[in-house]
Amino acid sequence: MYRQTLSELSDALVQKRISSVELTQHFIDRINIHNPVLNSFITVTVDAAMEQARAADAKRARDETTPLTGIPMAHKDIFCTSDIRTSCGSKMLDNFIAPYDATVVEQLNNAGMVILGKTNMDEFAMGSSNETSYYGVVTNPWKDNHVPGGSSGGSAAAVAAGLIPMATGTDTGGSIRQPAALCGITGLKPTYGLVSRYGMIAFASSLDQGGPMTRSAEDAALVLNHMAGFDPRDSTSVEQPAIDYTDNLDNDLDGLKVGLPKQYFNESLDSEVAVVIDNAIRELEKLGATISDIELPNAHLSIPAYYVIAPAECSSNLSRYDGVRFGYRCDKPRDLLDLYCRTRAEGFGREVKRRIMIGTYALSAGYYDAYYLKAQQIRRLLQQDFKNAFTDVDVIVGPTTPDVAFSIGERTEDPVSMYLSDIFTVSVNLAGLPAMSIPAGFKNGLPVGLQLIGNYFQESRLLNIAHRFQTITDWHRRIPEAFQ
Amino acid sequence: MEWETVIGLEIHCQLATRSKIFSGASTTYGAPPNTQACAVDLGLPGVLPVLNREAVTMAIKFGLAVDADIAERSVFARKNYFYPDLPKGYQISQYELPVVGRGHIDIEVDGTLKTIGITRAHLEEDAGKSAHEGFADRTGIDLNRAGTPLLEIVSEPDMRSAAEAVAYMKKIHSLVTYLGISDGNMQEGSFRCDANVSLRPRGEETFGTRTELKNINSFRFVEQAINHEVERQMDILEDGGSIIQETRLFDPDRNETRSMRTKEEANDYRYFPDPDLLPVVVDRELLVALQSKLPELPDQKRQRFMDDYGLSRYDSGVLTAQRALADYFENCVQSADGEAKLCANWIMGELSAALNRDDRDISNSPVTADMLGQMIKRITDNTISGKIAKQVFEGMWNGEGNADRIISDRGLKQMSDSGELEKLVDKVISDNPQQVEQYRNSPEDKQKKLIGFFVGQLMKATAGKANPQQVNELLRRKL
Repeated sequence: MYRQTLSELSDALVQKRISSVELTQHFIDRINIHNPVLNSFITVTVDAAMEQARAADAKRARDETTPLTGIPMAHKDIFCTSDIRTSCGSKMLDNFIAPYDATVVEQLNNAGMVILGKTNMDEFAMGSSNETSYYGVVTNPWKDNHVPGGSSGGSAAAVAAGLIPMATGTDTGGSIRQPAALCGITGLKPTYGLVSRYGMIAFASSLDQGGPMTRSAEDAALVLNHMAGFDPRDSTSVEQPAIDYTDNLDNDLDGLKVGLPKQYFNESLDSEVAVVIDNAIRELEKLGATISDIELPNAHLSIPAYYVIAPAECSSNLSRYDGVRFGYRCDKPRDLLDLYCRTRAEGFGREVKRRIMIGTYALSAGYYDAYYLKAQQIRRLLQQDFKNAFTDVDVIVGPTTPDVAFSIGERTEDPVSMYLSDIFTVSVNLAGLPAMSIPAGFKNGLPVGLQLIGNYFQESRLLNIAHRFQTITDWHRRIPEAFQ
Repeated sequence: MEWETVIGLEIHCQLATRSKIFSGASTTYGAPPNTQACAVDLGLPGVLPVLNREAVTMAIKFGLAVDADIAERSVFARKNYFYPDLPKGYQISQYELPVVGRGHIDIEVDGTLKTIGITRAHLEEDAGKSAHEGFADRTGIDLNRAGTPLLEIVSEPDMRSAAEAVAYMKKIHSLVTYLGISDGNMQEGSFRCDANVSLRPRGEETFGTRTELKNINSFRFVEQAINHEVERQMDILEDGGSIIQETRLFDPDRNETRSMRTKEEANDYRYFPDPDLLPVVVDRELLVALQSKLPELPDQKRQRFMDDYGLSRYDSGVLTAQRALADYFENCVQSADGEAKLCANWIMGELSAALNRDDRDISNSPVTADMLGQMIKRITDNTISGKIAKQVFEGMWNGEGNADRIISDRGLKQMSDSGELEKLVDKVISDNPQQVEQYRNSPEDKQKKLIGFFVGQLMKATAGKANPQQVNELLRRKL
């Protein structure tokens, strides 16, 4: 069962070949066997899941279903869940149980999905390897001692290893797409504003966006149907006519204009990965696409701009973790300053503290113009680059990451080398565009991700391209040997 | 050296919205601690602010009333600092692009009009409250107030005396209550101000170093605090010293200001646009709609009182300073079938005195406008004299009922039966032959004075109920 996609499992449930209770038990068993190795879950909620599964089966008996009813899933531990601890991968929130569900959680609950637990992640989503988690590193299911990517590393590893058919993720600078690429699964980062951020713990508010991490594009479409939508509780969510993202999956790709940004095929791209990407592009050609080179002239500025804006917003977003009202509080504070200093020194990990410091510096009097304002100007330039590109092409295609998964510990001492893992993904967040990563092949037994970038609210088109690609390839069907 | 005082005020005015500026929690004052703070007010992880449009509407009304530029696009920013009663570690405020831009308002001090510039007015959320009393070795935090909408109104440094500052603060207070955008309740902290004060040698163009006085929550305190600070600064400057730019806290109990923090200790607030909120866009249609719905404002009302009721500029000013007082006056005039001047005198005299004495607000006066108007009608129809009316007023104030009831209960109806009065006049004349003699032998101008004695005697005999005009007439005839 774990080999099947969510849509296949959905069919099995509809045809009553299996019950949600059976399905849920199956995945609980797999989690029990494999999670000790992978460490992809922070919290597993067996009892609550079985209860939800029974409720789903009861709904099915009454014909009150959606295609997601009874399907087990997991949430990245950044989405607030009432009754289940939401740690955000941090000691700071090790004891935190939110009194509310995130809108995404509420919507998927309403769709009848069964929550099996909360997945591991880089602390406060800050990281590209899942190594900054308070709950320990996650192993890449394809290779021991390799990172799954981050920050949604737990979700990616769990889906890749068949511990769960689908998990939610969030993407601030590549945190859905990069781990999806490194673990060989399908990840979609929607247009900024399509999925509500309410109840999703903020890292960088103007960049954060939740999305599905699945085994296939079709699965992503099914889940997006229930994740997307205007939310009055999120002022940055956008009112869009509701569409069924599965409607156009099978449209043919004749005449599809694909643009390859020169700046994504430069010396920073590993040569073997480049070959895999090149082959994937040939597949798109076979499907009827025409390929041309395009320019994203300011792409090289995206990492510096991102590492000003994201830390600036995070330095402010994380001020609320002060030990006063909830979360970690240091032992026996002497006075207010001591409470603040020790709570935050002890409660946050190194990477989070590094980014708070970078952000605080960038927003300080006298530096604001040189850093924050300049970064915002670059952001507009990047948006303009994409706008220009989309006058010529329908979709931009390239590698998701410069290379495949690296080994655990390889980059932890060199933050800049770690930050460069996101070199092809961050500009999409800065522009607010939708993008996907889909499995495109392997290098040395490690998956390579193909990135598809669409124009605003073109998720349907991206899913269509990804789905057609997946009908003539089987990279997304592979399961790492150790987990078969 | 002669020094000139320069004052600018920052007024924090709590807007009278039902719910908070970024959450649905109630803004009602006085609830038990932390019962009106929802997840958004508590700054829990993952929650997001959603702007209460009513707060924007109220800010715009204020802007229109002070003839200010209203920003087509204004932006909420985060003001970052740590404090236990600031749940998110930042306050959502407006910084570079406030909703209300440059405007102005006229004040009057000692009959002289002066225009005070308004630099800007911006929306922000209030913080919670720290309670230091009643917790051994601990501090209590009450977040009921956190997220309450405030309009911060910043003036130009246009005021030159504490009196002008008070007049300005009163004028703004009058305006926001007229507009119905604030209850203006100063005891509850709905209307408070910080004052920026500096001195410069008279004739000098450049400003001196200023200090900021915090925590001023009454008209009286603003005057005291400024006067104190002016003296303190003058002493330093006269001694050849220099003023340190700092924030000082006004302590009304000790009537002094003391240093809170200097410029060097000031926070770097690291303002930046709040990414959780979209810019506030105000279109022309909304402005036109709000402009057309603005109520009559204090200056307009004052002019109308002068034109329609024939009141003096001074009386009109007093009566229109508070919307509730102006409404009281107009209702009173209606009940009294006119007699605006008499109504004005009674309101500004007897009623104001009684309100002051019992520390009551016009809105909870035991004597309603209608009751006062009905009583005044009894003066004009000669049922009672002005003097007796004072007794009637006291009766009404003490809850003895309306004027007619008190007049009848206490038998205060004026004696205007001329037959009865005539007898009493005759008796007074026959009882006082000496005074009659003196009167009759005096020249006419002196007689006017001497007649007072007989009037007094007669009033005494009738317990003040005699109609004074009638008495005068009768006496003059009989003497």
